[in-house]
Amino acid sequence: MNMPFYVSPEQLMKDRADFARKGIARGRSVVVLAYEDGIAFATENPSRALHKISEIYDRIAFAAVGKYNEFENLRVAGVRYADLRGYSYDRTDVNARGLANAYAQTLGTVFTTESKPLEVELVVAEVGRTSAQDQLYRISYDGSVADEQGVVVMGGQADQLGRVLQDAWQPGLGLAEVLRLAVRALGAGGDGEEVRTIPAAQLEVAVLDRTRPRRAFRRISGSALEDLLTDADGPTTDADAETDDAGDATGAGPATDEG
Amino acid sequence: MSTDQSGRLPDAFTTPGSSSFLDFLSGHAPDLLPSRRAAGHASAGAAPDAPHATTIVALTFGAEGVAGGVVMAGDRRATMGSMIANREIEKVFPADEYSAVGIAGTAGIAVELVRLFQLELEHYEKIEGSLLSLDGKANRLSTMIRQNLGLAMQGLAVVPLFAGFDLDRGGGRIFSYDVTGGRYEERAYHSVGSGSVFARSSLKKLWRTELDRDTSVRVAVEALYDAADDDSATGGPDPVRRIWPVVAVVTQTGYERVPDDELAAVVEQIVAERSGTGVPRRRPAVTNAEAVPHDKPHDLSQGPASGGDAE
Repeated sequence: MNMPFYVSPEQLMKDRADFARKGIARGRSVVVLAYEDGIAFATENPSRALHKISEIYDRIAFAAVGKYNEFENLRVAGVRYADLRGYSYDRTDVNARGLANAYAQTLGTVFTTESKPLEVELVVAEVGRTSAQDQLYRISYDGSVADEQGVVVMGGQADQLGRVLQDAWQPGLGLAEVLRLAVRALGAGGDGEEVRTIPAAQLEVAVLDRTRPRRAFRRISGSALEDLLTDADGPTTDADAETDDAGDATGAGPATDEG
Repeated sequence: MSTDQSGRLPDAFTTPGSSSFLDFLSGHAPDLLPSRRAAGHASAGAAPDAPHATTIVALTFGAEGVAGGVVMAGDRRATMGSMIANREIEKVFPADEYSAVGIAGTAGIAVELVRLFQLELEHYEKIEGSLLSLDGKANRLSTMIRQNLGLAMQGLAVVPLFAGFDLDRGGGRIFSYDVTGGRYEERAYHSVGSGSVFARSSLKKLWRTELDRDTSVRVAVEALYDAADDDSATGGPDPVRRIWPVVAVVTQTGYERVPDDELAAVVEQIVAERSGTGVPRRRPAVTNAEAVPHDKPHDLSQGPASGGDAE
């Protein structure tokens, strides 16, 4: 018969955190970037049906990395939470902060009380009427919440990708620009030195577009995505993002060279 | 209510399985169901005074060569007994991108039911990542009506009309319901509510296979005009307050509410046509004192008042 032996709380938490971190690092990264008219999400995901990015409510979206069954479960819970709240109060009373809190409590409780922590990392994003009112929350496997500004990278090569993005991202970019930036960052996240070019068919891209009337969430795929990614290779220096319409695939955003 | 004491999402939220918001609500917060809200308060047979929504019409259009779809229209009156409770109520709603639902019956419960139905469809769409089929949507509505049977027996009935564009078949379809949740597919046109008898007779004469979007909108408004003509609980178009019926068009491109400007023009045209020869009109009243002598020709164009003053 085995005797239970003493494990210090520090060691216990560290083991759990290492376990969760390892699980998350196996998955492909998700990039979330704010742009002029909303918030864009991108990840490398060849599947058309198993999404990492989804709609939660009118102005709220969800992105996750880690184990699919675990974050899918949290996503469904989020949709139920938001719909129930909107039904019992009003649609305008559903916000990202409340949802982020509920997720944080859930992840935190599982991390400390259950035998296995959830191997997921989440972003809950909400677009406001102006970019100053946008909200981006990143929730980690242990329930810690971070209120992010503009850029979030989650998953395996988060640090590496984060460096690429932090240098190149700035407020007020157009949709085409941030998507090209996101795809360039995702391509730079490989093991080798060279930067891969990820084809549009291998990407899962969605936006929360503040210019849309009620439901701001929209997936971008197929030819619309290809147009946004390949368009306007001529290098321009200053940001003429003001004229770049989010839904307009032909809007010529300047291609950023550096980074 | 939404989270348990630790702030963690309750188990009901993370239970896998159902994509239905209605099922989730029945399990987790049944008090919020419209069918449970008033249960126990109303005694059987004695319905409380509550506003009633009245007439809804719907018709399909699109023969060969014409883009198909469906039009649904509702008047703007809610009545409470013989009183007009509201003259601007809206009774036609988008159920989702490709369908519309109109309601007749107890307004409070019906509006709540529509809100839940809209949420049910959106919830499914978000969780499954795809739209329900039109038949699936119609069946969900049927389930919700059936749950309301208890209230219907107490006099608080809700009778919806559901119409949408079937993306699989490529055409507009209409479904009607009874209070027990029975679902019936209607061909070409249908109407529910207190003025439905008159509206349906009107639709019977006006519906044609070759209708397109614009003519269908006109037919729908005209059917409501006829219903309002004979049914006191149905409101006609109100040019004084600029209140027009709510008219929705659902086609392959989605749900569209017909703008007020277009409806104003349609109403104006209908009124102008009916002011002509189509309606039996009263002769102008002529009193004895003002009577025109028999030997003079009766000149109506001068009006009755000028008759006696001649010369």
